[in-house]
Amino acid sequence: MDAVLDNFDVVLRGFGYTIWLFLVSAVISLVIGTLLAAARVGPVAVLRMFATTYVTLVRNTPLVIIFLFFQLGAGKIFDWLRFSWVDVHIGGFDFTSFFTAAVASLSLYTSAFVCEALRAGVNSVSLGQAEAARAIGLPFVGVMSQVVLPQAFRAALPPLASTFIALLKNTSVAGVFGVLDAAGRMKGFTNDYADQRWGIFLAFALGYVILVEIVSAIAIALERRWRVA
Amino acid sequence: MSAPGVLYDAAGPATRARHRIYSIVAGIALVGVVAFLVYRMSATGQLEYEKWEPFLTPRYIEAILIDGLLVTLQMAFSAIIGAVVFGLFFGIGKLSEHTLVRWPCWLVVEFFRAVPVILLIIFCFYAVFGDTDELSRRTYWAVVMALTLYNGAVLAEVFRAGINAVPKGQAEAAYAIGMRKTQVMTVVLLPQAVKIMIPAIISQMVVALKDTSLGYVVAGLGLTRIAKPIYTTFFNHVPTIIVIGGMYVIVNLLLTALAMYVQRRLVGEKKVLEVAMVGEQTPQPVPFHKGDTGGGPA
Repeated sequence: MDAVLDNFDVVLRGFGYTIWLFLVSAVISLVIGTLLAAARVGPVAVLRMFATTYVTLVRNTPLVIIFLFFQLGAGKIFDWLRFSWVDVHIGGFDFTSFFTAAVASLSLYTSAFVCEALRAGVNSVSLGQAEAARAIGLPFVGVMSQVVLPQAFRAALPPLASTFIALLKNTSVAGVFGVLDAAGRMKGFTNDYADQRWGIFLAFALGYVILVEIVSAIAIALERRWRVA
Repeated sequence: MSAPGVLYDAAGPATRARHRIYSIVAGIALVGVVAFLVYRMSATGQLEYEKWEPFLTPRYIEAILIDGLLVTLQMAFSAIIGAVVFGLFFGIGKLSEHTLVRWPCWLVVEFFRAVPVILLIIFCFYAVFGDTDELSRRTYWAVVMALTLYNGAVLAEVFRAGINAVPKGQAEAAYAIGMRKTQVMTVVLLPQAVKIMIPAIISQMVVALKDTSLGYVVAGLGLTRIAKPIYTTFFNHVPTIIVIGGMYVIVNLLLTALAMYVQRRLVGEKKVLEVAMVGEQTPQPVPFHKGDTGGGPA
């Protein structure tokens, strides 16, 4: 435990990177996932096929393989995918090519799950709701914005929360690929302080548990707020 | 889709014609993107025969299948077996009437569900199996133990939900004819719940199989390990990643198909049992479906 307490600022910075990875990837995957979901439930057959193929492929590929692709493969096809042009520094955090590659991998991976969560939400709205809305003369925009999407979004919230909790845990893979996030620091500490491995593990595990509980508390609060009594 | 959906009404002839135009435009755009990708791959030499040759050479195919795929499957399978035992123990423990049993079980399950598998693997590799000399065996057991703990915690929730899904009258009837708690569980509840659980266990195996690749954090084993000697020898990173990734996808699709088949045979058309993530109450009441005659989520 001394190793963690003596280097507490290093540990905190590690979790800082974890949070940055989570936030940036969450926003990007929400955008891509929404577009994919729109394509997947939309009327255009080609886009539907594309979105289905993408989701099936990505969901069944291990995240490590996607990270490996961005570390070793992508830069050989497109030079800009080496991300060597990224060099941003905000408040002591360095966002370099490793960070960007991690965000790209996490976002592409998570967007497939976001798409599935949103699609499940849309599918859970029963046909009768839309039919009733059309029957009372609401136009398409009204049917969507007043009846279907509010219900779909509420139903999509629990699976979305699960997806984002999984994303938070998945950021730990970035620690293997050059980002000094919490998992990367934990590996370094475990290597350096052989006699304190139990304490190091418990300390870092506790950090992740706290972050996960915060995300799930936010999800539960949102569910409560949007619940229709 | 010609059937009327919840999002839009059945399309008339004008709308259908419009959708056809969208389809054609989107199709051309997608083909353009794919063609550009293939062009870039061939321009950067990724499609040359030498780079793909190892995957047509029997010696390498054998290595990929035996040292790669087989080891990965073994790890996933061992982990799931362990996870079932772990899950049964803690899942039933969470249902106990004794607070002193229920609370520790809850704590263990929540902890291992919330901790990233990578942390567990690092910990098991260095702290638990640190004295094992042979590197591949050490990696193997570290990954299996980490995946057992994580998947076991997830399965504990699945088992709890499965047992809770058995109609209440079953347990009440069993108590009424004088059965003991253990008997009610082993003779009445578990046999009925197993039906619901088996497809969920197979689905969880997809997760375990994907997570075996996280062994990359220590020394790596199985498919993820076998990639390195290939791409360092032939300098064919892109083809190797495509082939290895493809193998994971194929095996996982087969497993998913198996889970769906078993689901149809054992349970009928209902969806495979799913559990909420950490911290959420598991049987999610969906209040806005109340009084809804249509089919809500099962």
